[in-house]
Amino acid sequence: MSSASPTNLSFVDGFDAAGAALPGAELKWLKTLRQSGFERFNDQGLPSSKLESWKYTRLRSLEDTKFLPVTDEDAVASVDLVPSVLPASDSRTRLVFVNGRMRPELWVDGDLPDGVSVECLRDMLTRGADWTEDYLGKIAHADIGNQALLELNTAMMDSGFVLKVEPGVKVEQLIEVVFIGGLTKHPVAYFPRNLMVLGKGAEATVVKHHVGMGVGAYFANSVSEIDVGEGAILRNYMVQAEAKDATHLSTVHVRVARDATYESFNLALGGRLSRNEVNIRLEGTGAHASLNGAFLMRGSEHCDNTTQIDHLSPHTTSREVFKGVLDDQSRAVFQGRLVVHKGAQKTDGHQLCKTLLLSTGAEIDVKPELEIYADDVKCSHGATTGQIDETALFYLRSRGIPEALARNLLVQSFLGEALDEIKSEEVRQAFTDKVLHWLPAACFLSEEWRGE
Amino acid sequence: MVASTNTMEQVNDLAEEKYKYGFVTDIESDTAPKGLSEDTVRFISAKKNEPEWLLDWRLKAYRYWLKMEDPEWAKVKFPEIDYQDAYYYSAPKTSGDGPKSLDEIDPELLATYEKLGIPLREQEMLSGVAVDAVFDSVSVATTFKAKLEEVGVIFCPISEALEKCPDLVKKYLGTVVPYTDNKHATLNSAVFTDGSFVYIPPGVRCPMELSTYFRINAKNTGQFERTLIIADKGSYVSYLEGCTAPMRDENQLHAAVVELIALDDAEIKYSTVQNWYPGDENGVGGIYNFVTKRGACRGRNSKISWTQVETGSAITWKYPSCILQGDNSVGEFYSIAITNNCQQADTGTKMIHLGKNTTSRIISKGISAGRADQTYRGLVRMSPKAENARNFTQCDSLLIGDQCGAHTVPYIESKNKSAIVEHEATTSTISEDQLFYLRQRGIPPEAAVALVVNGFCREVLQQLPMEFAVEAQKLVGISLEGSVG
Repeated sequence: MSSASPTNLSFVDGFDAAGAALPGAELKWLKTLRQSGFERFNDQGLPSSKLESWKYTRLRSLEDTKFLPVTDEDAVASVDLVPSVLPASDSRTRLVFVNGRMRPELWVDGDLPDGVSVECLRDMLTRGADWTEDYLGKIAHADIGNQALLELNTAMMDSGFVLKVEPGVKVEQLIEVVFIGGLTKHPVAYFPRNLMVLGKGAEATVVKHHVGMGVGAYFANSVSEIDVGEGAILRNYMVQAEAKDATHLSTVHVRVARDATYESFNLALGGRLSRNEVNIRLEGTGAHASLNGAFLMRGSEHCDNTTQIDHLSPHTTSREVFKGVLDDQSRAVFQGRLVVHKGAQKTDGHQLCKTLLLSTGAEIDVKPELEIYADDVKCSHGATTGQIDETALFYLRSRGIPEALARNLLVQSFLGEALDEIKSEEVRQAFTDKVLHWLPAACFLSEEWRGE
Repeated sequence: MVASTNTMEQVNDLAEEKYKYGFVTDIESDTAPKGLSEDTVRFISAKKNEPEWLLDWRLKAYRYWLKMEDPEWAKVKFPEIDYQDAYYYSAPKTSGDGPKSLDEIDPELLATYEKLGIPLREQEMLSGVAVDAVFDSVSVATTFKAKLEEVGVIFCPISEALEKCPDLVKKYLGTVVPYTDNKHATLNSAVFTDGSFVYIPPGVRCPMELSTYFRINAKNTGQFERTLIIADKGSYVSYLEGCTAPMRDENQLHAAVVELIALDDAEIKYSTVQNWYPGDENGVGGIYNFVTKRGACRGRNSKISWTQVETGSAITWKYPSCILQGDNSVGEFYSIAITNNCQQADTGTKMIHLGKNTTSRIISKGISAGRADQTYRGLVRMSPKAENARNFTQCDSLLIGDQCGAHTVPYIESKNKSAIVEHEATTSTISEDQLFYLRQRGIPPEAAVALVVNGFCREVLQQLPMEFAVEAQKLVGISLEGSVG
């Protein structure tokens, strides 16, 4: 294996050494897959801002840090209380990963119905679970833009989870997955690879929580491959609350079959540099995608949401709502691309991105794109940026509501439009609480003010 | 939609007539040797008796151009351009000095413009529009000169301006579009041959519409004109641009540069009806229209408004922009782009907000039919100092037929919290309900589509000066002929 690397990423140099330690080293197909990922990443290097899809996000800072692979010692860092987004429950399935390694002692085995399995990818690969061969690297594709980070993950994938729901099985309970980062002596890099496969008519809801504990830099490069079978419904919610020096780059590839629905919400709250790239292929007639999110940034955080929805069949629909609030010197990027391919008639696609700038110095760059090759379609996008409406603020203050609280109320209602897209009541409530927690402290209304 | 044979026949009959400007004028011309080199640049400069500084500037541009790469980000496809396979200068032969009045102009030329619907002679008498007619590389006639001189307006070919008011040209040329801007603009800086120059003195409201009519006639020539319009403090001017070319099987390059400068309280309204030869149904021939147009609102309360109707060209690559430097300045962009058959268009605008309270408005209507591909590409940038700046953008695309494409790629960059940016885009087709309604009233399908399309474009058509609005409305109809059936 070639050790010449075009980047200064130290962990790429260390690939040979790490290679043996990576799970599934004895699987031949996996070895080939990793090898091709490694070669393609080495050809391309880290994406530069000269690339159209990376125009507003620079990864140069990554090359200044010497990231090391996660050691056994890093993986056993003590975690007193698992930071869950959802209210505590003994019956809800919960998976916990620390620095990319699984921590079975923190897991909760909920009452999942038959026909559902949630496992750690590392275990499965070590065990040689061959059905994953049909999915890993097969859903994700490099047809669009630069996929160097996907290749890097393919070469290095060392953790993550595998969810499989058999046809017709409906999982009503939420499945929670917590990824904890930090708590290491040196900056580490880890590469979770998640795989979710839903059979015909299956249904499931997953809540992922990427959270940083402690300080210090780390680099999480995660990839999710998702296959939503005919008529199936997958709700995939994520909170990204990484530590303030963390870099979180995630790539999601989704395949949606006939009459199936994929719904996702990405709430980004932390990380020095984060990017969430989602590529959805609506392959069957009647497939639907609902792709939403909110980004709340402060300090010098940088958040990038890049999405692409490909309408490949007639009568496919998509809806996208993203809302952002930027304070201090933070910066956010939204790039949303909607492609209607030849023959995908009667497509209905709508996209909306609105951003509030709370301070001078914050910056937003928006690039919504429509690319349409069919004529009988209804597609639209809208984008706005601005500050809190002074008239609305005045109105609230004229009712005796203190300014800080009035601002919070307005930000909260602004984000409401996106949060309302979350279909799961429980998750919507949990995410709303997260948003409230993020807002600056302000005195709350007393009971009598609420008119109760 | 079901094809009615009747319509198809009508369309076939019309095919010949569709591009009625496709004729060639048989006129002797004076051309530079084929190809591009430093000698070509010197040849053009010498032909025009240009001052030393301008030759130096041209050469600087040429040398810079050699090192540049073709811009590749636009969504257009075409074979690589062989810059050596074209003539960079072509002018109708004149005996000695240029014509002093219309009487001295070659009657063949006058006939050409008459055919194009621009009778220079009558124009002078009847309609109130001053025309500068540019034929291949040189300006052949400018009407209404005397009347304009009365109020102090300078309207002449740029080569003449270099003799009349070299200081003004030197002061402003290349200040909005520098010679290093992009490959096409740099090429223009090196080899530009003619174009119009307009100077409106302080406080003057230009008494009539100014107009330039561009015509490419000679074979294998590129047209590289450069237009420079300066509106001094408190002045106003409305400027119209029209273009046509003969039908030829090979592609011709048109790389123009337009620079507008508006000082305090000045207003410039720039309208274009672009109808270069678009190539035939199979995409053979046609003009490559690679144009750099940019206006600078330098002064406070200044305003620049671009209106364009783009129906021609095999490939359009054009982004009329506004740099809103002065406080309270206003930028506007109204566009209709129609592509049919194999045409490709990548067009849009840039609004760069630098000053306080600057506002901009973008209305873009794209219509794509046949096998054409069309892209709206625009940038709205709010700089940190653009306090209370505002932008409103609306781009709508209409698709006719399932073989065409319509794309929207807006870039929005905001670095100021008090700046408000609103962007809206839609893509749709003419609904069957609309067509059904019109057809049941006895309106034939072609006319029904034309009606719907005209309604779709109305917002932009309204912005055009009267003289152009009628022509543009007809053009919209003609360009879409054969796309329904």
